[in-house]
Amino acid sequence: MSETLHYHFDVDGASFANAGRASVETKKLLRQLGVPPEVIRSISVAMYEGEINMVIHAHGGDADVYITEDTIIIILKDVGPGIRNVEEAMKEGFSTAPENIRALGFGAGMGLPNMKRYSDEMHIDTKVGVGTTIELWYHLNKH
Amino acid sequence: MKISQVAEILEAQVLTGEDKLDLEVHSACGSDMMSDVLAYVKDQGILLSGLINVQVIRTLLMMDMNCVVFVRGKMPPAGIVDFAEENGVVVLQTELPMFESCGRLYAAGLGGSNIPAAGRAEEADGTENE
Repeated sequence: MSETLHYHFDVDGASFANAGRASVETKKLLRQLGVPPEVIRSISVAMYEGEINMVIHAHGGDADVYITEDTIIIILKDVGPGIRNVEEAMKEGFSTAPENIRALGFGAGMGLPNMKRYSDEMHIDTKVGVGTTIELWYHLNKH
Repeated sequence: MKISQVAEILEAQVLTGEDKLDLEVHSACGSDMMSDVLAYVKDQGILLSGLINVQVIRTLLMMDMNCVVFVRGKMPPAGIVDFAEENGVVVLQTELPMFESCGRLYAAGLGGSNIPAAGRAEEADGTENE
């Protein structure tokens, strides 16, 4: 597998019920490709939290999965409101999600911390009023 | 413990997954907050939840968990049960509240699953109760 595999998913921001579809699909793909189960679980959790964030905060966006022989990169891009204070947003328990989202089981301020916990590298590029792009990197030879 | 025993202890109905009741579970987690499940659960056991929505099933799928118990007599709509069925997740439903459900399973020997310490997966296997 020397070439880069690329999969694209539209994250539908209109419906909370649809959030997570891209992550479920990605998980199936990674299984078919024989990626180690513990790596798949990390990617699934981080990507799922990212998708939920995109739906809660940014009316959806794009999810792209790039797979090479030794690296998997997930890029989650939205044109939402941006993150005002990344350092604060990275703290467990800090949340700007509305109360109705908490009633759905999310919005507890664990999204970004979980994404960091379940990735080898996380890069956040965000600008208020413009949007947010998050890259999640997984180095397969490390696992 | 087999899923069938979980169902028995909780006097639960099996809404889907009749064919998987012989599967063994080694731990359980009770939570209505899916982010906490994603953050802390280390062993892939069963989830007890009073939250009813499709994200509960997706959370299980992400965590490689294969059984959910909906507590407090809450009945999931058909769409959620169908989605679980399509993805091989067992769905149980009990009238018992969360506290009593967890208490009964714990007393019967099922361990917790969210102690965030390293190297405890092996430990959980060692304390498995038949």
